[in-house]
Amino acid sequence: MLATKVIQDQGVHVEGINFYTGFCVEGHTHAIRKKDKDKQKKNSSLWVAEQLGIKLHIIDISEEYKDIVLNPKHGYGQNLNPCLDCKIDMVGRAWQWCQDNDFDFVITGEVVGQRPKSQRKSTMPIIARESQVQDRLVRPLCAHHLPETHPEREGWIKRENLYDFHGRNRKPQIALARSLGIDEWSQPAGGCCFLTDESYSNKLQDLWNARGERDYEIDDIMLLKVGRHIRPANNFKLIVSREEGENNFMRGYRPQFTYLYPTSHGGPLTLVDGTPTEADLELAARMVARFSQGRNEDNVTVELVRQHNEPAQALQVKPMPIDEIPDSWYVN
Amino acid sequence: MAQHELNARNLLCPLPVIRAQNKISELSVGDQLTVYCTDPGTLHDIPAWCRVHGHTLVSTEENSDEIVITIEVNDT
Repeated sequence: MLATKVIQDQGVHVEGINFYTGFCVEGHTHAIRKKDKDKQKKNSSLWVAEQLGIKLHIIDISEEYKDIVLNPKHGYGQNLNPCLDCKIDMVGRAWQWCQDNDFDFVITGEVVGQRPKSQRKSTMPIIARESQVQDRLVRPLCAHHLPETHPEREGWIKRENLYDFHGRNRKPQIALARSLGIDEWSQPAGGCCFLTDESYSNKLQDLWNARGERDYEIDDIMLLKVGRHIRPANNFKLIVSREEGENNFMRGYRPQFTYLYPTSHGGPLTLVDGTPTEADLELAARMVARFSQGRNEDNVTVELVRQHNEPAQALQVKPMPIDEIPDSWYVN
Repeated sequence: MAQHELNARNLLCPLPVIRAQNKISELSVGDQLTVYCTDPGTLHDIPAWCRVHGHTLVSTEENSDEIVITIEVNDT
């Protein structure tokens, strides 16, 4: 937002690009979880665009992005976040968009030293080089720490009106924002991607381990965002909804899964991922009973649907005692 | 002026916005697009997208299980 404003104030026409990877935090979690229903469901990129008076192009790269997640040339960050490869890919796509739409250069809000993996002084030229944008990439907030770019040399923008921010301290940015009349901004980068989250990354790694291959579909990564994930064995996993909003969201996935839900008591919809045996499904029913309002009863009715729209099988089960569910079954 | 429809049910934001954006790029000025959604986030995001791109939000309707948003394409 700040980088855009700095360039706009030099009389340059700017349009925004937002890439949708499937791992974006905002939107989905708020939409799914009932406890978040009161949170304002604004898309922060659209909100920023509106504040700046620019067009915003939201581009779905979720399918192509798989290769970045699965095969990051520069490796992962602390979790399964391929931040440097991600940045290179997005800058490259932005530059291609510029060339296709008669724009002259790319700007980003990067600041040298602000992020441990992708925003180091040594990685800045890697991004410019490997994205092929070369010197058509301007980082207005830390430009004084970097070589002069083509737009500066051509006089399209003035270097003296760019900045020398560096490091993790955001006070200079906040001061600049206030001086430009900006008093509200979206959260810093990193917090907007599920791949930076340890629990989410563990679930993704578990999915790869169980399937014996590193791959995913969009539905897989959506479901990693909801419910308790419990894996009693390598051949199957339970996804147990935690609240009404998740229950409603997971209902949309019933056609793709075997599923269970208690009928004698209130309780969660549970999807079964994998290839469970009959004994596994009995175990699953006892666990569903454990998470139902009948957890302290001797007997709970759990309906098992092996295929959506087929008749349900009613199972009478004793809820599994909580101390019989090992912590190691929880994927988090 | 032609009427068009887009099914964005069961998609979570920003996907309904992306689908609407891509569909509108194929339409002519004056055409109307009606988008059927289930994510409440669309009530904010699609109107915001219309504002930043200069298209007209004709109507939004919300009932118990569906949101219906109609957009008129402008020359932007």
